[in-house]
This record gives sequence, C-alpha cells and structure tokens, in this order.
Amino acid sequence: MSSIDGAILDFKRLDLLAFGDTALHRLDARAKVIVTALFVMLVVSHDRYQLAALFPFVIFPVALIAAGNLPFTYIARKILLLCPFVIVVGIFNPLIDRAILLHLGPFAISGGWLSFFSILTRSILTVGSAFTLLALTGFPAVCRALEQLGMPRPFAIQLLFLYRYIFVLTEEGGRAARARQLRSCGKKGMGIRSFGTLIGNLLLRTWQRAERVHIAMLSRGFDGRFHSGRETKFGRNELVFICGWSIFLLLLRFVDLSQLIGSIFLGRLP
Amino acid sequence: MSHHIVELKELHHTYPDGTVALDGVSFTITHGESVGIIGANGAGKSTLLLHLNGYLAPTSGEIEIGHTPITKETLPEIRRTVGMVFQDPDDQLFMPTVYDDVAFGPFNLGLTPAAVEERVTSALAKVEAGHLRDKPPYHLSGGEKKRVAIATVLSMEPSILVMDEPTNGLDPHARRQLMGLMKDFHHTKIFTSHDLDMVMELCDRVIVLGRGKVKADGTPLEIFSNQQLLTECRLEKPLSMQGCPVCGKN
Repeated sequence: MSSIDGAILDFKRLDLLAFGDTALHRLDARAKVIVTALFVMLVVSHDRYQLAALFPFVIFPVALIAAGNLPFTYIARKILLLCPFVIVVGIFNPLIDRAILLHLGPFAISGGWLSFFSILTRSILTVGSAFTLLALTGFPAVCRALEQLGMPRPFAIQLLFLYRYIFVLTEEGGRAARARQLRSCGKKGMGIRSFGTLIGNLLLRTWQRAERVHIAMLSRGFDGRFHSGRETKFGRNELVFICGWSIFLLLLRFVDLSQLIGSIFLGRLP
Repeated sequence: MSHHIVELKELHHTYPDGTVALDGVSFTITHGESVGIIGANGAGKSTLLLHLNGYLAPTSGEIEIGHTPITKETLPEIRRTVGMVFQDPDDQLFMPTVYDDVAFGPFNLGLTPAAVEERVTSALAKVEAGHLRDKPPYHLSGGEKKRVAIATVLSMEPSILVMDEPTNGLDPHARRQLMGLMKDFHHTKIFTSHDLDMVMELCDRVIVLGRGKVKADGTPLEIFSNQQLLTECRLEKPLSMQGCPVCGKN
C-alpha cells in the first residue's frame, strides 16, 4: 500500500505549491480560472487531424510554470501518470483510420496516427494547464473562484468536501488494505471476496464519519449556508493578465504560428 | 450566571436497535465546575455528551441548559452556549484552511467580518496555533489538529465546554499543553476520558457512569479511593495514586 500512501503525499505536495509567493500566486483566482478555461477550450477546439498548430500552445503552461517558480519535473511526472489512460482512448485510431494524410520524407503517416498524437498532445496540454492552475492557486481558491463566476454554491461545497475528505478516506482505505495484506501472508487472501467486504466496510465508515462531521457542523451553528469573510480583489493586474493571455491565445488559435514560422524559413528556399 | 447550569433529570435513552444507553441519569452541574465523566467502554459517556447539545433527544427525561429546556426552538441558543469538541479532530475540521474552520462558528453566529477576525485571532492565540492559520487541516500533526479543533469551539465563546476524550492519541508534551489550555478555560467544563490522571488533575468533580446509570458522583479523591467502586466499573486508581514501581510506596 506504500503506493497509495506515496500518491497521497505526492498530491499533498501539489497543494503545498499553492503557498508560493510569486506575482502569479497573488493574482486573483478568477483571472487564472478564466484564462485556463479559455486555453482548454481553444486547445480542444482544433480539428482532429491538427497537430502542428497545437505545439505553440505549450507556451502557456511553460510560461506559468517558469513565472510561478514551480518544479517542472514534478508537474511533468504528474502528467505522465495520466498518459496510459489517454493512450487507451486513442490507440485504436491508427487501426481504424488508415488513410494516408501526410508524407514526411519517406514516411507515410495515416490519419489515425495523426489523430492519436493530436489526442495525446491535447491531453498533455489541458491536463498540464489544469495542474499548473492548481499548483498556482490551490483547490479551495479554485472552487471559490468558480462559485464567484456563477457555479451553484452546493456544487462548490461538494467539491470542497470531496477534496477535504479524499485524504482522510484514502488514508483509511490504505490502512484497511495494509491490514488485509499483512494477514494474507503473501497469498491472495480470500481473493476478490475479501475486497468486497473491505470496500463495504469503508463505505459504512464513511457514512458514520459524514454523520459525525454533520454533528460537528450543527454544533457550531450551521444553518445550511456557508459564510466566507474573504475579500477578493479583481484589479488591474488581473485584467492585464486576462486580456494579455486571451489575445495571445486567440492569436495562436486563428493564426497558425508553426506554419508561419515554417514559411518564413522555408519560404526563402528555392 | 445562571446560563451556565446544566441540569439532567431522569434521562433515558434507548437506541432504535433496543440498546439501552442511558437509564435514568440525573445530575446538576453549576457554573465554573470542572467535571470528569468516566466509565468503562459502552457505559454511555458519548451518548450522554451528544444529549448536551441536543444532537440526540432523550427517550424520556429532561435536560436544561441554563434553565432552558432543549427544544427545537431553543436549539440554536443551546448550541451557542455549549461548545463541543469531538474525539476525532478530523470530524471537526472540515473547512479548507484552519482560518476558515475557526471562523465557521462565528460567521454562523452572524458576526461582522471584523469581529470574526478578532475572534479567530484570539482563539488561535489561546491554543498557540496562530502560525497554522492558512494551512489546510490535513497538513497538521495530531496535536496541532486537536488544538485547532479546540480553537474552532473557543472562537464561539461558549459558556460550557464539552470535550470527548480530549487527550486521546496525544504525545505527553501535547497532552500537557492541552491540559494547560483547559485549566485556562474558566467557565463550566465537562469531559469524558480514560486518562484518569488528567481527570485527577483537572476536575473538582467526577461522575462515574456504568451501564447507563450514575454509579457515583463526588470529588476525585473520594471516587479514586473507593476500590470496590473502581473494580465494579472496570476502572482503576490514577497512576499518580498508585504505588511507586521501584519501592512500592505511595
């Protein structure tokens, strides 16, 4: 179970990064959420065979990581963790779509491979920007920003609770699984059946905890509404950040920068 | 200061599955008293505490907090008066940061942001946790969590502090720190514990529960000198009252 414990610790690190103190960290969360959302939309909106036009978009996460003083390899590792899922999603494209779309010297590249790499690039870009947003802002602040931007309050509160208790729950689950493993003496234990009861148990315990948390909330005068005394300021810096990045990203989307650069260099060749 | 009086009259509580948890419990706790409730596992201690802020309703009998019976209408007022600290701080700390958690109660009381700020700062200072203010609860150690959990209740400025197993799972230093903190709270304190030395040190009155009944009610010295009572209730003398392990003398 060290892997689960390790994964939690690793995740907590992402959380700690949000305590950094750079100009980007200090920026109002709403600005960062808006620009990241725009970024994700623009990246996803590309045609499915589009690959080259996606590459310039990497500037956004890389610039934020650099300006926010974030550990690049750590975030890259987090993104890599997700790659197997993406590969499963896209791996059948090369088998199904065999029409040749592109010739790179002697290599013929089919539409399937092109769309597969397009999916991979898009995932890396969007997931990377989401991780960067979290590392620069912190989950609670992102939730608050979403709420201020119009997401219904119950959703925001659900998300916050999910985030708060995911650590408690995984720790509890990790302990239960460790106890099972230690007593199964290297064999399979009772196989899948013992896992069934283990998960059932975990569900019941979660239920009981939810009840205790509810008591704790009630005894501190909870009446169904969440109050927050936090003041958020949306000033000039935020406006400049949003406008600057929006214009730049829209430009990337509608002007094919790779082609432009390519034609500048290649255009001179005979 | 009559609003600090806790009065239980013939309290009975039977759980839906038929388990009798409380079987006619009566006592009165007056202002400023520090009361330890002790007893074996399953004696009804936690059930009793959950009645004190109206989370559980008695099957029969009455509870009055400051001469106000607990009813649906008086519940908000009762919960403002009775501050409850739970055994597991993970149950108590549910907000994203320590600040939000300590401010949760005061905001629900309808205080202005400035007043909330003042309460939070002073509550965190009391438990020496000012530096943890912006941390999320899952980054804290056990002792820190416990102190912050107490701050979340202190910030509501309760007249009665109720704690379930306050020293459970703390290291000796954190335990000492917590006991010092409890000594500084001068209003009514009620807590359950198996830490009999702490009960000995902090309480001026001990109530022994056994099978849902009050078995004894007296000063710590009286209770802990009654060997027959202790054996019957699955308890023992606090270590400080037992013989020295080297020479055997008291």
